Amino acid sequence: MAKASVASTRRGSAGKGGLEKLPNIGRHSASQEEYRDFYQMMLLIRRFEEKAGQLYGMGLIGGFCHLYIGQEAVVTGLQAAITPGKDSVVTGYRDHGHMLACHIDPKVIMAELTGRAAGISRGKGGSMHMFSVEQGFFGGHGIVGAQVPIGAGLAFAHKYKGDGGVSLAYFGDGAANQGQVYEAFNMAELWKLPVIFVIENNQYAMGTSVNRASAEDQLYRRGESFRIEGLQVDGMDVLAVRDAATVALDWVKSGRGPILLEMKTYRYRGHSMSDPAKYRSREEVQSVRENRDPIEHAKREMLELGFADEAWFKEVEKQVKAQVAEAADFAEQAPEPEAGELYTDVLVGNY
Amino acid sequence: MEIKLPAMSPTMEEGTLANWLVKPGDEVKPGQVIAEIETDKATMELEADEGGTVVSLEVAAGTDGVKVGTLIAVIAGEGEEVAARPAAAPPAAKAEPEPAPTPEPEPSSKPEAGAEARPEAPKPVELTPATVAAFSGATRKQTVREALRDAMAEEMRADETVFVMGEEVAQYQGAYKVTQGLLDEFGDKRVVDTPITEYGFAGLGVGAAMGGLKPIVEFMTFNFAMQAIDHIINSAAKTNYMSGGQMRCPIVFRGPNGAASRVAAQHSQNYAPWYANVPGLLVIAPYDAADAKGLLKSAIRSPDPVVFLENELLYGHSFEVPEGEHVVPIGKARLYREGSHVTLVSYSIGVGVALEAAAQLAADGIECEVLDLRTLRPLDEAAVLASLKKTNRMVVVEEGWPVCSISSEIIAIAMEKGFDDLDAPVLRVTNKDVPLPYANNLEKLALVKAADVVAAVRSIV
Repeated sequence: MAKASVASTRRGSAGKGGLEKLPNIGRHSASQEEYRDFYQMMLLIRRFEEKAGQLYGMGLIGGFCHLYIGQEAVVTGLQAAITPGKDSVVTGYRDHGHMLACHIDPKVIMAELTGRAAGISRGKGGSMHMFSVEQGFFGGHGIVGAQVPIGAGLAFAHKYKGDGGVSLAYFGDGAANQGQVYEAFNMAELWKLPVIFVIENNQYAMGTSVNRASAEDQLYRRGESFRIEGLQVDGMDVLAVRDAATVALDWVKSGRGPILLEMKTYRYRGHSMSDPAKYRSREEVQSVRENRDPIEHAKREMLELGFADEAWFKEVEKQVKAQVAEAADFAEQAPEPEAGELYTDVLVGNY
Repeated sequence: MEIKLPAMSPTMEEGTLANWLVKPGDEVKPGQVIAEIETDKATMELEADEGGTVVSLEVAAGTDGVKVGTLIAVIAGEGEEVAARPAAAPPAAKAEPEPAPTPEPEPSSKPEAGAEARPEAPKPVELTPATVAAFSGATRKQTVREALRDAMAEEMRADETVFVMGEEVAQYQGAYKVTQGLLDEFGDKRVVDTPITEYGFAGLGVGAAMGGLKPIVEFMTFNFAMQAIDHIINSAAKTNYMSGGQMRCPIVFRGPNGAASRVAAQHSQNYAPWYANVPGLLVIAPYDAADAKGLLKSAIRSPDPVVFLENELLYGHSFEVPEGEHVVPIGKARLYREGSHVTLVSYSIGVGVALEAAAQLAADGIECEVLDLRTLRPLDEAAVLASLKKTNRMVVVEEGWPVCSISSEIIAIAMEKGFDDLDAPVLRVTNKDVPLPYANNLEKLALVKAADVVAAVRSIV
């Protein structure tokens, strides 16, 4: 509809990096339609996660449950830039948002969280282990850092097959200290694999802050000794993230090998549902919520730009809430797996 | 909206409402802490999910034993009509917590009686005797090393997605020359030298397999694969199950396993029992060249992740291998020698030890049946039990430690499913239960040998 768009501020100041070869990150020039889509996706992730937290509290979700609240802009901005099914995505256990941003049906995600047969992993994976081959989402991995060499391997397959696809490997600031991450960096650069390494730096690895755990806490520099270029990005600004995606995709698709994006972000909730979060102050969390919230920030800007009015926001809130409520109802009512499912899917072949 | 006491850990059933931080009439913001809840593990802060006005507090501060799911407060959302509840003063601290009016947690944690999977009684195994391999067509003598190389080359010719990666597999032609010539024929796209980075390239191989390729990942020895075992087990073996059957991981991890010669403890371990413990993996450990070739071809074609355990000391041994296409099914044992007095069960280099013992015993009129398991997961129980039924005596021969070993497993199978066929206890003849020593004499003492097998057989026949 409206021709207006957010002015691109590339060449700008927001990004910093190692960066002789890379442009600085600015902000994506979003059309009204794009910005509305970003907003709606971020809101869907937030409301979905809030609902998951409630279902956990009601005992409908078991085990570990890691919520993505606060980090929505990261996955929304990056996933909007890639082609589902053609490109590959892999992440760790904080994976619900990634699946929603891969356009996987919220119903089958929520039903997996409640451990039902209709869940995307037929109830056998749970919160941390979900996959969709169709949408190019390769998990959902429970071992911190394991997804990084797997992501490099997915990129290896894209390059081997020459299918033009790229791989996005998401991991956290905690995983960034695992040795296998650097083994993967080395091979990815050595073989010029088309992989975007995304560090979602939410500042805390469970209860340990980045600077208590990292000798180099500017994580975008962690690829330097492998000659991997890195960029630091405001992960609370979906347009900055979206612009970083453009730069990163140009880079890896031109055959120059991997690139590293450090997304500075924040999680509002505990590491998992059972985390009392005593390692940071209430004021710190509240300050981020009030001043840097990615959804509120987008809303303010969209109002200023005239991309949407209050009525539109109310309508989207209503739609998203209905979608999440439907997913929750489905997840509560769907039956548990049949006992016979215990023995299926262990092996594919018959021996 | 109604605020109910949430479960704040996977095991929480009740908690203490330690403190309210809001009172009726207060405005709350999303994320604001409204109460402190003590669980058995920690004091947790309870946040409001959404903003609104506190209408009522239903459980008083200081109340112990509040069940998960109990209504503890009512908050009217922004724009929501404030429900005309009686301005309930919080009940006194000693008052009984309101009985949980909310639905009990769905029985997701308590399987319904009927749906519960019960441990199965051991099913009777249909006895299928293993057969002696008889090659109908022409054969030629080949080393195990050459047979493995041919298996990879043939499968790479047949399937573009098959590639080999590992340390020194390409330009160096293989640390043990198993990949000799592959680089020349297939080029460096498909024969990939890696840095010394087992964890990394095992994970990368898993990713490539998930991405649609069929990697053969060579470990210079399986001793080094301990650096990578997380990817073999957690990433490769479990993903198909955890994904409800969506994710494939057709990958072969191969390389020499077990003791070589005078390389001491860190380079001399047999990992067969470790991997054979894991559902989701196939584990293969062939003895001769024909099986090495035929099983490696099956492994490469398999849609499942395979651990393929070779043996350095066998690489240079020559055996008859059928000319042309030769594929051996996974999961089937092979009768290496027929006999009537006792069955020697073994795999990999242990088969050679068993055959040597059988030859010595035959001179004294004791006829041993030698059964080569070949595949350790899934294990050919039917063949083990069929042979036991025939000979009624069994000795397991294993180049590896005795505790929690393949031998232990064979003995368990004989006990559980072949008890009535046993005329004597099943014995195991293995390496000594020590890290393998370097000194020539000590190493010999530690490794399994034919003389020990002969002694064990004599003690039960």
